[in-house]
Amino acid sequence: MSLLTDPLVQRMLLVALLVGLAAPIVGTYLVQRRMALLGDGIGHVALAGVAAGWLAGSWAGFAERDALAIPGAIVFAIAAAAIIERMRSHGTTGADVVMAILFYGGIAAGVLLIGAAGGTNANLLGYLFGSISTVTWTDVWVTVGLAVVILVVGLGLRQALFAVTHDQEFAFSIGLPVRALNMVVAVLAAVTITVAMRVVGVLLVSALMILPVAIAQLLTRSFARTMWLAMGIGATLCVTGVGITLEHNLQPGALIVVLGVVLFLVVSIGTALARRRSRATTSRTVVSS
Amino acid sequence: MPKPYPAPTTAAVDVAGVTVALGGTQILHGVDFGCAPGEVVAIMGGNGSGKSTLVRTVVGAIAHSTGDIRIFGEKPSRKTMGRVGYVPQRISAASGVSATAREVVSSGLLGGGHLRAPRDARTRAEQTLADMGIGNLASKDVSRLSGGQQQRVLIARALVRNPELLILDEPMAGVDVPSQEALAHALDDRKKAGTAIVIVLHELGALAPLIDTAVVLEHGCVTHVGEPPRDLGVHALPGHDHVHPHDDPHEGEPRLNWEVTS
Repeated sequence: MSLLTDPLVQRMLLVALLVGLAAPIVGTYLVQRRMALLGDGIGHVALAGVAAGWLAGSWAGFAERDALAIPGAIVFAIAAAAIIERMRSHGTTGADVVMAILFYGGIAAGVLLIGAAGGTNANLLGYLFGSISTVTWTDVWVTVGLAVVILVVGLGLRQALFAVTHDQEFAFSIGLPVRALNMVVAVLAAVTITVAMRVVGVLLVSALMILPVAIAQLLTRSFARTMWLAMGIGATLCVTGVGITLEHNLQPGALIVVLGVVLFLVVSIGTALARRRSRATTSRTVVSS
Repeated sequence: MPKPYPAPTTAAVDVAGVTVALGGTQILHGVDFGCAPGEVVAIMGGNGSGKSTLVRTVVGAIAHSTGDIRIFGEKPSRKTMGRVGYVPQRISAASGVSATAREVVSSGLLGGGHLRAPRDARTRAEQTLADMGIGNLASKDVSRLSGGQQQRVLIARALVRNPELLILDEPMAGVDVPSQEALAHALDDRKKAGTAIVIVLHELGALAPLIDTAVVLEHGCVTHVGEPPRDLGVHALPGHDHVHPHDDPHEGEPRLNWEVTS
């Protein structure tokens, strides 16, 4: 139990819990809209933001050169999300190619900018794969603040966001502010990615948004219950993953995602077997009657 | 004392000279039509005639380039759209996350300035589903229902709003007979209650007795406004008894693929 009184362990678990709760909220809306891969794309651009923040920090002569890394990531991620959302809502032709260019450009610009800031690619690794074991109290407060925004907006506007992501044409017809609500989803996705980056890293950030939703969908057919269940699964995966790495020398982000994939496989096999059994029972009943 | 003027009857929807272009192609060429409270207007025409584009423009899902659309005498706004119920064409497997019929119908209680459904949303949604004869399906995943059942869910989503103007886009397409009957019954009730109903149809079918006016579109132009052709196929033949407001060079050629249902 002494482990739990260690302030670093407390910080790690708190951040893991918040990220695990928040990420599946936006994930549910993205899966609903069939944009499960959006998180990956925004994550790539957020990396350029990290590096740009780093560069700005070194120009400003900050003692901690990465002080502006997270603000930079937020700005870049929101800008990318807004551009992608505009292209989506305008039905721009070739939008997928523009998106691809944005994503490659993000990673490449990140590598170049970090070099210009006097850093090395090793500095970027923490953002690529997560670096939860280095969280400071400042990081915790930033995470708390952003997670509260995601929870309040993502849950508070759930009915309206469901209406817009479920059937946009109907949402227009009842006079919902469709464009504004679409932008809310995009900005929430950007904020979520910046928050989750710390735990699992840019390369795996999308997994934390999508995997819990995919698992929850195997267990329930209601939108609201999918979201609640996904939040529970996300929080459990993150806290369990981080907890295991306290005892074993494993990379937390990768472990969380592997745990999620294993859980997905176990649950899908389990539900498939249960369905087959109930079908067999039904057909036996039909035959015997 | 002077006799007061009778209250002006405002049309529920009034479309004047509406032109719509999508992706550089002109879809609607100056379309006019209207629908008064208690009236049922059928928008008819072949595939690609622009009938769905017309109603999607009226509900604000598509922007029009010229012309004027009035809903209850006002320009469409969040407030006026609060009085409208819309049933879009059924989209199979609409979204990535499944949702129950109750959740889909409850989303009909939003809009008109409200981002959250009222407290009694659940009861109202269940009641409306029951009115459509599918109260037992409230907790079922919509994407796993039959076509007709899905259509009834979408109609319940529009009716739960208690709309004064109801707009339906091909509600009979791919719908089983019990669902067609449930729909005809629900529309009859609404018509008697004074709701204005605009309905895009490919064929008259079970709804024929309800329809007051047929607006026929061809290539984005209105080619006929008047009584619906009661006898199928007659509209397309010479000697039919209703008036055409146009000079149609193709008069007499069979061109509408309405199917004989009786």
